[in-house]
Amino acid sequence: MKENPRIAYLLHLADNALILGHRNSEWCGHGPVLEQDIALTNLSLDQLGQARQLYQLAARMIGGGATEDTLAYLRDVRGFRNCLMLELPKGDWGFTVMRQYLFSLFQHIQYKALCHSTMPELAAIAEKSIKESTYHVRWSREWVVRLGDGTEESAGRMRKAVEVLWPYCGELFIPSIHENSCAAEGIGPDPTTLRDEWMHDVRETFEEARLESPREEWSQKGGKEGMHTEHLGFLLAEMQYLQRAYPGNEW
Amino acid sequence: MKAEDPYTNSGVRGTDAGTNDREHMLRLLETVKDPELPVLSILDLGILRDVFREEGRDEWVIRITPTYSGCPAMDAIATQIRMTLYAAGITAFRIESVLSPAWTTDWMSEDAKERLRAYGIAPPGRLAALLEGRSEAVACPRCGSENTTCMSEFGSTACKSLHRCETCREPFDHFKCH
Repeated sequence: MKENPRIAYLLHLADNALILGHRNSEWCGHGPVLEQDIALTNLSLDQLGQARQLYQLAARMIGGGATEDTLAYLRDVRGFRNCLMLELPKGDWGFTVMRQYLFSLFQHIQYKALCHSTMPELAAIAEKSIKESTYHVRWSREWVVRLGDGTEESAGRMRKAVEVLWPYCGELFIPSIHENSCAAEGIGPDPTTLRDEWMHDVRETFEEARLESPREEWSQKGGKEGMHTEHLGFLLAEMQYLQRAYPGNEW
Repeated sequence: MKAEDPYTNSGVRGTDAGTNDREHMLRLLETVKDPELPVLSILDLGILRDVFREEGRDEWVIRITPTYSGCPAMDAIATQIRMTLYAAGITAFRIESVLSPAWTTDWMSEDAKERLRAYGIAPPGRLAALLEGRSEAVACPRCGSENTTCMSEFGSTACKSLHRCETCREPFDHFKCH
């Protein structure tokens, strides 16, 4: 059966938010200081909330008993369409804030474009989410600068984080077939058009953080088509455990 | 209607849907407060978007809009609305969630902001400033000093940030603009 590109696109946006939100929730109770533990948990909560609204919208379009819960808890690895960088293990604090910055910045620019979506429900979700992503970018950017331009130890860890994450950044801007068909209908932006603004801000931030901006190069890809790293399966196994073991169970 | 309903003796007569009176509904709904901000009702916060009686179905429709996308208080608020209306003998209603226009702290009245300040939480600034990337000074709700420091962009709940007043040295929450 040919997949509805609008639904596939909504699931992609929702999966991005859910997987990063869930991954970062692993920091809950383990943050370096209480305030930052709370900050990252709140940030995860924002992502989870955005994912819920997108899943609810997708579920209404899918019909036939689909709900936000069936979409989050009952799809297998191959059904998830999130970008690969979001499923990588949480790493150290430097890695976590670096990923948050690189992705939040992208998501923020994407939401800005989605505010003009020809799908009114999606535009409404973007209009609400963009205020949240403004804080996410501000918070994570500050950490990138603080640690990048910090001690020898912190700067070294941030350089390492960039090294690991950079080959996953290109995927954000490589359009899937669903993104292409949605871009043609004005539902979402063509991701290639978001790259310049993203790169400009990254370079500025890295300069302030005294980190070297990597040159553009080869990139990992496949997440948008459901081809994932080995890490996503473990994440889903934990996240979906309850519904898989006790189908339909409620709190 | 149940005997404990405070409006039973006020001349408002119930029907099968509990009441025909929109004012009565609003008075009831005004008693629903945000669980984290007990000085503000769902009307003050702009969470309640519309209340109307649907023709033909003899049912009230209560439209609410979520604040922060992931705010856990939203489920609590919907539950409180249900409990408040049931307690008043109104059972024929449904709660709908609307996303557009997106909720913003700009809808909070000056009076509500003042109550927030008196409660010890610095009220939100203007949304335009946030979207333009400017950060406005946050005044201490206790002493009014603008010499304050942001300690964390995320405070005790997603909608608040944590600050410290450099004049009176008290820490305080700030309701972020959204």
